[in-house]
Amino acid sequence: MSSSVLFDAPGPRARIRNHLLTAISLVAVGAVVWFIYRGFDDKGQWDGKIWAPFVDPSTWTDYIIPGLLGTLKAAAAAAVLALVFGAVFGLARLSEHRWIRMIAGFVVEVFRSIPLLLLIFFIYFLMQGGDYTFFALVLGLTLYNGSVLAEVVRAGVLAVPNGQSEAAYAIGLRKSQVMRMILLPQAVTAMMPAIVSQLVVLLKDTALGYIIAYVDLLNMGFKLIPANFFGSLIPAAIVIGIIYIGLNMALSALATWLEKRSRRSRKTAAPPIAPPGPALIGMGPATPGAAAIEGME
Amino acid sequence: MDELFEYAGFLAEGFLENLKLAAICAVASLILGTILAAMRVSPTPVLRGVGTVYVNVLRNTPLTLVLAFSILGLSDQLDLVFSEEPRTNAFWIVALGLSVYTAAFVCEAIRSGINTVPMGQAEAARALGLGFFQSLTLIILPQAFRVVVAPLGSVMIAMVKNTTVAVAGGFAADVAANMREVFDTTGASIPIFLGIVVAFMAVTLPIGFFTGWLARRLAVAR
Amino acid sequence: MSIRRVGAAIGAAGLLISGLAACGGDKTYASVVEKVKDGGTIIVGTKWDQPSLGLKKGNAPEGFDVDVAKAVLKEMNGGKDVDITWKESISANRETFLGNGTVDIIFATYSITEARKQKVTFAGPYVIAHQDVMVRKDDASISQPQQLVGKKICKASGSNSYKRITDPPPDGQLDLDATLVDATNYSECVSKLSGGNLDAVTTDDLILAGFAKQAGGNFKILGQPFTDEKYGIGLKKGDKATCEAVNAAVKKLWDNGTMKQLLTTWFGGIDGLKLSDAAPPAEGCA
Repeated sequence: MSSSVLFDAPGPRARIRNHLLTAISLVAVGAVVWFIYRGFDDKGQWDGKIWAPFVDPSTWTDYIIPGLLGTLKAAAAAAVLALVFGAVFGLARLSEHRWIRMIAGFVVEVFRSIPLLLLIFFIYFLMQGGDYTFFALVLGLTLYNGSVLAEVVRAGVLAVPNGQSEAAYAIGLRKSQVMRMILLPQAVTAMMPAIVSQLVVLLKDTALGYIIAYVDLLNMGFKLIPANFFGSLIPAAIVIGIIYIGLNMALSALATWLEKRSRRSRKTAAPPIAPPGPALIGMGPATPGAAAIEGME
Repeated sequence: MDELFEYAGFLAEGFLENLKLAAICAVASLILGTILAAMRVSPTPVLRGVGTVYVNVLRNTPLTLVLAFSILGLSDQLDLVFSEEPRTNAFWIVALGLSVYTAAFVCEAIRSGINTVPMGQAEAARALGLGFFQSLTLIILPQAFRVVVAPLGSVMIAMVKNTTVAVAGGFAADVAANMREVFDTTGASIPIFLGIVVAFMAVTLPIGFFTGWLARRLAVAR
Repeated sequence: MSIRRVGAAIGAAGLLISGLAACGGDKTYASVVEKVKDGGTIIVGTKWDQPSLGLKKGNAPEGFDVDVAKAVLKEMNGGKDVDITWKESISANRETFLGNGTVDIIFATYSITEARKQKVTFAGPYVIAHQDVMVRKDDASISQPQQLVGKKICKASGSNSYKRITDPPPDGQLDLDATLVDATNYSECVSKLSGGNLDAVTTDDLILAGFAKQAGGNFKILGQPFTDEKYGIGLKKGDKATCEAVNAAVKKLWDNGTMKQLLTTWFGGIDGLKLSDAAPPAEGCA
């Protein structure tokens, strides 16, 4: 339903009301922007001196870009490992052996319900300090996001209509062949949007590394840049905020594009699946609103 | 196992803070999220624009950054101070930051619920002469809420888990901060970690079961 | 996802893991001093986020600790420059880094304590820092640490400095009733102090001096030190040969005035900070 059916084409009175509302909301938005601008101005946060580092290329090459690389490195490593973890455990949950299904289900549900930061802390302390911030961050991200992806994989394979596997068995394919040649290729297409939007979550969550002092974009922005250029903490926060938003919006756009494409795709019989809902055993099919909450955790 | 009992009180104190944060954020983010969803389907383009920008900015910013900015920017620079006592102030700043962040996801869940209400409902409401606000509050939202109970449940579960990031917002008295402090003296303790995990599951699993049960009960038969 | 692609993914994951594990050099030495004399590349651990001590600028850090490291290694190599690789060593990492050989030697505001002596060997001390208090320049209400009662002081995550103010001995010292404000690191503390949401930051005076210098006259140090922090040079536990060579180098650098000159270069002209003129008493390498 498009939002425009919620209201009629405005008549003269409604038009006046709408104009009034527009004016009021413009004033309200203006007031908020003005308040923030003035507040920062009072504290001298628009001072050219503290913003100067950000037009200096060396700030970018020395701090921001290495920080960004740190973020992307952790995100890439965790993404690859989480996909492997997700594939293995997702398929294990579809196994014909009850005990494999149970173990995989248990692992997936447990890691999905642990707050990620606690998991990262725990791994970090298990390593007894040392240069393990990268390791702890990547392993934490892998276990959590891998568990979510396992659900995506399972839902993706289940979303392929039964007729597909029945037909495959009918022409004499073995169990592994059915999975490999019939189910997985179709499931991957259906899963793609959900996978990419989970990767947005993963990328955002690399910022948790700041709390264990992993050198990522946030660490550069909140610790090293202010230590180098006195007073530039707020400017740094604004600049790296914009970088994060741009990065994630680009990935989200990719997810939307993939979703549109797989909706059109004739290569798969499975409809695109939504990211999984609450951490519940046997919750049933994903609910309509689930697509909206991607990226929450 | 001994260390779990030794520090149980300290850790429980921290966990209580997480629960308090979660309770406040649940209420605040549901209200704010509903208002945002209404803005995003409203007839006023400016309001729609504001809602869209809000959701896209908050949804794509790491929570760690949102919370750090709340304390270092909003509180320290813009003098948004809830309490003279720094720890109480940090608590409310984290509650604010987490609510504002969660509201973006609540808004998207509700909006997608609105999208599932058949067009005929809105058309019938208009035919009866209801205005935008009336058709939204009397016809559309009541049906939309029923559909999004389960997704809202997952948003709330995620929010409960997200209270552990409070330390980024300058509030270092929650269970994550307390666990870290204990680990600094005892080293990584598996019983303590598992104890906290079980505590979280004791909160999140019922939310999931309850919202799942409610969703099935409230499901609109079409 | 075909089997081949799954295989490629697993292979990539394996590469990542082995990349994580790959550490350490190609040639082994019995002690760091041998490695220095053989012209090997020395991995030096310093802080990367402390102005005037060890602060990352470009690819390498700079500051007092960094210059002392360069001077000491040069002295150990008979006056020839030594190839150095810099490695960030945050407080929580230092013992592990020395233990597993991630770094050869550490110059990172590393106070010599009995507890740490169990895990690493200390050479030095090369300078003595003192815990002190930094406040805003225009704040006349605090002129000595005892006036911190009821004031807001910073509690940086992972640092125990605040305990000296708020706790009684043995963990603490002054046992004052100050209000703690949580922060993730000292950069955040300094930002809060300048914004007026904190009244004081307390830790080693050399660390405070670095931030005060960076802030260009916004802060002052009280100049009322109440502890002695003997900054040592961290070595792998039991590396006595290197320890003795380092101590000889440190003594020489004090004797010929290099240390004094480095201290003045990095910490000169800071309100309230007293710099020592003489070498701190050596501790030996027992």
